[in-house]
Amino acid sequence: MGLLDQKFENSNIIITSLDDLLNWARLSSLWGMQFGLACCAIEMMATGASHYDFDRFGTFFRASPRQADVMIVAGTVTLKMASRIKTLFDQMSEPRYVISMGSCSNCGGPYWEHGYHVLKGVDRIIPVDVYVPGCPPRPEALMEGLMKLQEKVRNESLAKKKSA
Amino acid sequence: MLTEFGRVLLFLLVGVFFVAIGLLVAWLLRPNRPYPSKLSTYECGEAPVGDTRVRLNLRFYVVALIFLIFDVEVVFLFPWATVYKNLGWFAFVEMLVFLAILLVGFAYVWRKGDLDWDKPAPQVPRYEKGSGVKESHLTEEEVAV
Repeated sequence: MGLLDQKFENSNIIITSLDDLLNWARLSSLWGMQFGLACCAIEMMATGASHYDFDRFGTFFRASPRQADVMIVAGTVTLKMASRIKTLFDQMSEPRYVISMGSCSNCGGPYWEHGYHVLKGVDRIIPVDVYVPGCPPRPEALMEGLMKLQEKVRNESLAKKKSA
Repeated sequence: MLTEFGRVLLFLLVGVFFVAIGLLVAWLLRPNRPYPSKLSTYECGEAPVGDTRVRLNLRFYVVALIFLIFDVEVVFLFPWATVYKNLGWFAFVEMLVFLAILLVGFAYVWRKGDLDWDKPAPQVPRYEKGSGVKESHLTEEEVAV
């Protein structure tokens, strides 16, 4: 636990104002974890390149999980890669988010029935925030996924989560 | 009124407080939930094997040094060779002196045996028994478990 993080039972005006500032800062610079697994990664690279320009959302890719905020799981998660992905996710510093990009990482995709070597959805090993459907998703779809994630980050709070 | 050094002091203070406040705020606000896997060394997702401080054979440093010397020699030789015809005898002798100096180093390295990768035997300092250096032997009691 941090010094102030999750320490407050109820949010008051100071907390909410601070939340707004903090969330704005966080959602404006969601740095990506630089790794791609399959053909979805090609679309992710296209998103990062000048034509679609992921950088205007504040997202560019970092070579170390310590500096990354969002992990874009782009492609087929094989069982061999799954343990690595779990380790990489563990090594990211909090707050951290995951975008599952494409059918393969959402649910196994075309490997759902006969893929003996494919993890049936990356959400079986790490918590996924946003699922981007498609095989592969177009760069616009990935950008919308990131914007959905930004909306999620906008509503985060320092206060304790209310148990449902 | 600020003096010239007063401005430097001001810069220093602003620099120190800028960083200090940033670190302080981050310390207050960041989530801190460490666990072993999160703190493990980043090795592209692989499990780290062994220590980060890998021991390298000391001979690599000698080889690197020798390489560096002759590398620099060639770097000097190339521009010399391209304009050699315009420079005349003076440059020729100059280069010979330069090569001779490096050759001395080369001879030294050769004599020392640093060019042989397989050393025949470690060269330990030799001494006669009872010549001032005391041999230390462990007694049976000290070795006993």
